[in-house]
Amino acid sequence: MPRLRSNLRLLSPGLSPAFVFSFLIVLFALCGTAYSQVEAFDAPPAPATNVVLKDAPDDEGGAITIYWTLSADDAGGAMDVVGYEIRRSEVPHGPFETVKSVPRGSSEAADETDLENDVNYFYQVVVKDVSSETPSAVAGPIQAKVQWFNLGRLNTLIVTSIYIGLLLYFILHAKKGTNLFIRRIAGLDALDEAVGRATEMGKPILYVPGISTISDVATIASINILSGVARTVAEYDTRIIVPNYDPIVMTVAQEVVREGFLAAGKPDAYNEQDVFYVTTNQFAFVAAVDGIMVRERPATNLFIGMFFAESLILAETGASTGAIQIAGTDAVAQLPFFIAACDYTLIGEELYAASAYLSRAPLLMGSLKGQDWMKIFLIGCILIGIVTLLFDYEGFKNLFETPLMIFRQ
Amino acid sequence: MMRRQLPLIICFVAGMVMLAQNFIPPLTWIYQQAIAWARIIASIALFIGLISLVRVHTTKLKRKAPGCQYSYVTLFALCYMMLAGLLTRYHFFVWLHDKSDAGSTGDYIVSVFENAFNFQELFLNIQIPIQATMFSLLAFFIASAAFRAFKARTFEATLLLIAATVVMLGRVPLGQMIPWIPEITTWILEVPNTAAKRGIMIGVGLGMSSTALKIMLGIERTYLGMKD
Repeated sequence: MPRLRSNLRLLSPGLSPAFVFSFLIVLFALCGTAYSQVEAFDAPPAPATNVVLKDAPDDEGGAITIYWTLSADDAGGAMDVVGYEIRRSEVPHGPFETVKSVPRGSSEAADETDLENDVNYFYQVVVKDVSSETPSAVAGPIQAKVQWFNLGRLNTLIVTSIYIGLLLYFILHAKKGTNLFIRRIAGLDALDEAVGRATEMGKPILYVPGISTISDVATIASINILSGVARTVAEYDTRIIVPNYDPIVMTVAQEVVREGFLAAGKPDAYNEQDVFYVTTNQFAFVAAVDGIMVRERPATNLFIGMFFAESLILAETGASTGAIQIAGTDAVAQLPFFIAACDYTLIGEELYAASAYLSRAPLLMGSLKGQDWMKIFLIGCILIGIVTLLFDYEGFKNLFETPLMIFRQ
Repeated sequence: MMRRQLPLIICFVAGMVMLAQNFIPPLTWIYQQAIAWARIIASIALFIGLISLVRVHTTKLKRKAPGCQYSYVTLFALCYMMLAGLLTRYHFFVWLHDKSDAGSTGDYIVSVFENAFNFQELFLNIQIPIQATMFSLLAFFIASAAFRAFKARTFEATLLLIAATVVMLGRVPLGQMIPWIPEITTWILEVPNTAAKRGIMIGVGLGMSSTALKIMLGIERTYLGMKD
């Protein structure tokens, strides 16, 4: 004891041994508490529970969705969870391989990693914190299955079938020779006038088929209009310039214009170099077309197809050259620009009606009638929906989800 | 006969398969495959486009057509960028640097050419600013188009003028301080504007589907250069 007292005095000269002894006891106690806190911090996180496995719906197999309840240390508790790992095995006792990692707060994940259909799989959801991990109970077996019908698109199929049925009915009806009415479309009526004007002025016509690819229906509609325009141009002996943004559209346009000249009985008047490729760069294309407008001063500019931000630059440059301008697009955002800067604009569906309007072919006219009836059907549905919802009745709205729900159950 | 029929048969079969794959999940691989083919065809078609571009401009130069000086610029830029792209892609200047002594005159000349043919730098410092210049023209064209469109000559134009004035006011800080203006602006944008847009979009959707069906059934053939 005297020796301990002398050692304590050596550690802290000037302080009483009793004080130093008490200080050391408190220090050890504090260290012990801190150590136990560290131990608590390092404790493995609580596991994920209620792991449920489901074959991913409406797919071609090869996918399983895993759902779980969050670890108690993720939603609350120690709040030290950093994420979850999804581990998979073909046998319940493992070994399990990690197939996916998701961040904290996630309670579902889709496994699409090299899954074979009709094979049993077992899963574990492993909760991870900085230094440790806790696996859940093994869930399974589950098999990924091929679904032969996408039930999520059942409603689409029903409406599409109704629409196709209507179109076919009216097309067949038109085939019998029924006279169908089509309202006047000023922009299309003006095409002949526009071509005539160019002929009188001895200037070319500029036709821009948009800046999209041939897979865009608006481009196909534009090509249909180009066909009629090319024929009229050939009949009037006028030059048509068709700059193209897409090389495939260019080859189609060349073919269509050539056929137009051929149909007009003037194949020699066709110049392949008037239907040419410019670039697939949006603003470089605009610069090139603007240049053509300023240099060649076409009497008529036709902007028909899919357009984006360049629409107004083209239309305003054309307006500044004094050309008569007809535009047509289904790009809703560009329509105001064309309406403001062009003489005539084909709005939305008028673009698609142009082919029928220009050719007056009964089969094409029949499809327009089908479109109109479908519109009436949709307007009816919208009106009934509005009225029923005003009276707080959701039955009509739910009708559109009912087939799906029945089949899902 | 087959020249006319074959494209229509291909179109019908392809259209039906694409329609079916939308509803039958095991057929979606066909769609993926078709997308891949489209990419390959598009890259090949780019060569056709290139041939067209070169042919048009060389013809202009041969004929000394008015404005043919621009064809020189186009062809020069085309060749220069192609060369720059190839030299950068295949690390030609890195190879030349390895061959020349560091700090020598030869090395310096290689560095000069390396900078002159740096594809990325050319793209960033020439093409991007030119594109931005073209795009920025839009702001001025909006002003000039609005000036013409907002002349109150008819009832519709007057309505447009009033609506535009209210919306523009509602979108600037000053307008936010005027009573009712922000509310009216929001109402114009969310109710009549959205209703009109949706109406157009429904029409467009039906028109697209109808055109697609007509193409599949071979009723619409003008895109093939055929008469109805």
